[in-house]
Amino acid sequence: MKVLVAVKRVVDYNVKIRVKADKTGVDLANVKMSMNPFDEIAVEEGLRLREAGVATEVVAMSVGPQAAQETLRTALAMGADRGILVKTDETVEPLGVAKLMKAVAEEEKPDLIIVGKQAIDDDSNQTGQMLAALLGWSQGTFASEVNLDGGTAKVTREVDGGLQTIELKMPAVVTTDLRLNEPRYASLPNIMKAKKKPIDEKTPEDLGVDISPRLKTLKVEEPAKREAGVRVESVAELVDKLKNEAGVI
Amino acid sequence: MTVLVLADHDNKALGAATLNAVTAATELGGDVHVLVAGNGCAAVADEAAKVAGVAKVLLAEDAMYADALAENMAALIVSLADSYDVILAAATTSGKNILPRVAALLDVAQISEIVEVVSPDTFVRPIYAGNAMATVQSSDAKKVITVRSTNFAAAAATGGSASVEAASAAADTGLSTFVGAELSKSERPELTSAKIVISGGRGMQSGDNFHLLEKVADKLGAAVGASRAAVDAGFVPNDYQVGQTGKVVAPQLYIAVGISGAIQHLAGMKDSKVIVAINKDEEAPIFQVADYGLVADLFKALPELDEALG
Ligand SMILES: Cc1cc2nc3c(=O)[nH]c(=O)nc-3n(C[C@H](O)[C@H](O)[C@H](O)COP(=O)(O)OP(=O)(O)OC[C@H]3O[C@@H](n4cnc5c(N)ncnc54)[C@H](O)[C@@H]3O)c2cc1C
Ligand SMILES: Nc1ncnc2c1ncn2[C@@H]1O[C@H](COP(=O)(O)O)[C@@H](O)[C@H]1O
Repeated sequence: MKVLVAVKRVVDYNVKIRVKADKTGVDLANVKMSMNPFDEIAVEEGLRLREAGVATEVVAMSVGPQAAQETLRTALAMGADRGILVKTDETVEPLGVAKLMKAVAEEEKPDLIIVGKQAIDDDSNQTGQMLAALLGWSQGTFASEVNLDGGTAKVTREVDGGLQTIELKMPAVVTTDLRLNEPRYASLPNIMKAKKKPIDEKTPEDLGVDISPRLKTLKVEEPAKREAGVRVESVAELVDKLKNEAGVI
Repeated sequence: MTVLVLADHDNKALGAATLNAVTAATELGGDVHVLVAGNGCAAVADEAAKVAGVAKVLLAEDAMYADALAENMAALIVSLADSYDVILAAATTSGKNILPRVAALLDVAQISEIVEVVSPDTFVRPIYAGNAMATVQSSDAKKVITVRSTNFAAAAATGGSASVEAASAAADTGLSTFVGAELSKSERPELTSAKIVISGGRGMQSGDNFHLLEKVADKLGAAVGASRAAVDAGFVPNDYQVGQTGKVVAPQLYIAVGISGAIQHLAGMKDSKVIVAINKDEEAPIFQVADYGLVADLFKALPELDEALG
């Protein structure tokens, strides 16, 4: 059984981003980039399936500029078998990424595709659901547990009210939530080994996919700033202020 | 223009977030219809018909819609889509699960978690955990949108008198089945619509210690939330998580206890009207957004607060 995982190169989650003065976007110059945290969880889940003898191969794919190679190398260093880079310098919206992934899935024929629930840069939370739709596959989003059994996948999902468990017909698309697993760190020997693993490069044109954007970003601005308030010295003072100054209790 | 709002519900009652979604739909202009798909959910449709601003309710009842599984729900919405210019839902886990699937089947982009309608094709949405606000214009003829509830007032639950029409079910995709659910039960208000929220973080040290917080919550009529660290540590269930990748709340009063204030947490609560932080570390970043900051040990401060509230 083959598992395809998606890994996106994004601004590291620890970076406090800055909006460009001309309001055209976010300043990405000299900013630390990393694998989207939800995608580390996706890679980890694929590796665990392989280690459990359920999967035979874990293929990582990324859509992005040449630098997205580094993110694929990280996936390979974690243990993925090979990588596929769909190279483009354009900004690709979730619908475009889903179409590119569908094209790759048609070549690779995976039984399971694991993507993150959300990219922490665009915060879209769309790609996995869109990919499942385009392939006509089932979807198990926001997964905190995945169990494969014969032709089905049992997926426990984190939902607003708690947890929901569903059974999916395979092949399926799963999107990861934070509690699915704790991703491993790549060891130094594995980082060295990863340098020799293959990364196949393609373009959207090779795959025959139109990635033209549907949304035009008119401007990007800073959110309204919140001013720090006052320090209170005691619980009594706090309660007094909440009652008599803020009027919220 | 006609907008179809997907109702959030549990087959018994309309989810509160649907009222906020109706307001966003109204701001787009045109007629607002609400789709109630479920099983044995006619009461929900009646409830939706009373919501101010709703012109028509479509009721699709079938066992396969009972648990709002994405594959069949998306097929149903797509079967109705010809009559609509916009398909919209609150950005609940249900809306987030279903609507991107609808968008892809219609070959349109989804505009996720809008916080403002600028014009019928232009919207503001947060990116990078709300550290930037993007104004985006859609070129798709049909639009699929999810709405951040906290940024739109709730439509009045009564005053409307829409008609309820039956909608026929779409073909069963047979792709997924419901196995079970483990839902948190609570007498407290719902996190995303509560007027007061009190959240605990890693500083709480254990699930048992959350009782200290719950006692205060009950005196204030507040909902209880948590940071990711508290959920990951197993102190509280996943549905307590407030933040970029959890729930977004904007109550009148948010009290953060033993929470450092990571940007991912701030993303879920910084639009609260009044923020209180209780933390023993005076350098904790949460104090930068707090209207009232108390540098204290929470194990001393929470019992005192409980006491002071009488
Ligand atoms: C992809 C991704 C998504 C994420 N999504 C979210 C999200 O949605 N929501 C979220 O909350 N986080 C999220 N995080 C995690 C976030 O980055 C922080 O790790 C998390 O918010 C920290 O939780 P915390 O403040 O409880 O813990 P800590 O940062 O460990 O802070 C604990 C605080 O408690 C204080 N404290 C300890 N003991 C006491 C005491 N006795 N009395 C008073 N104060 C005390 C300490 O001074 C400290 O400030 C996400 C991270 C990633 C990578
Ligand atoms: N450019 C990309 N390259 C690889 N994977 C992506 C890309 N964009 C999105 N994804 C995948 O889709 C998930 C959800 O992204 P989004 O829908 O943008 O929030 C991410 O966690 C990734 O797994």
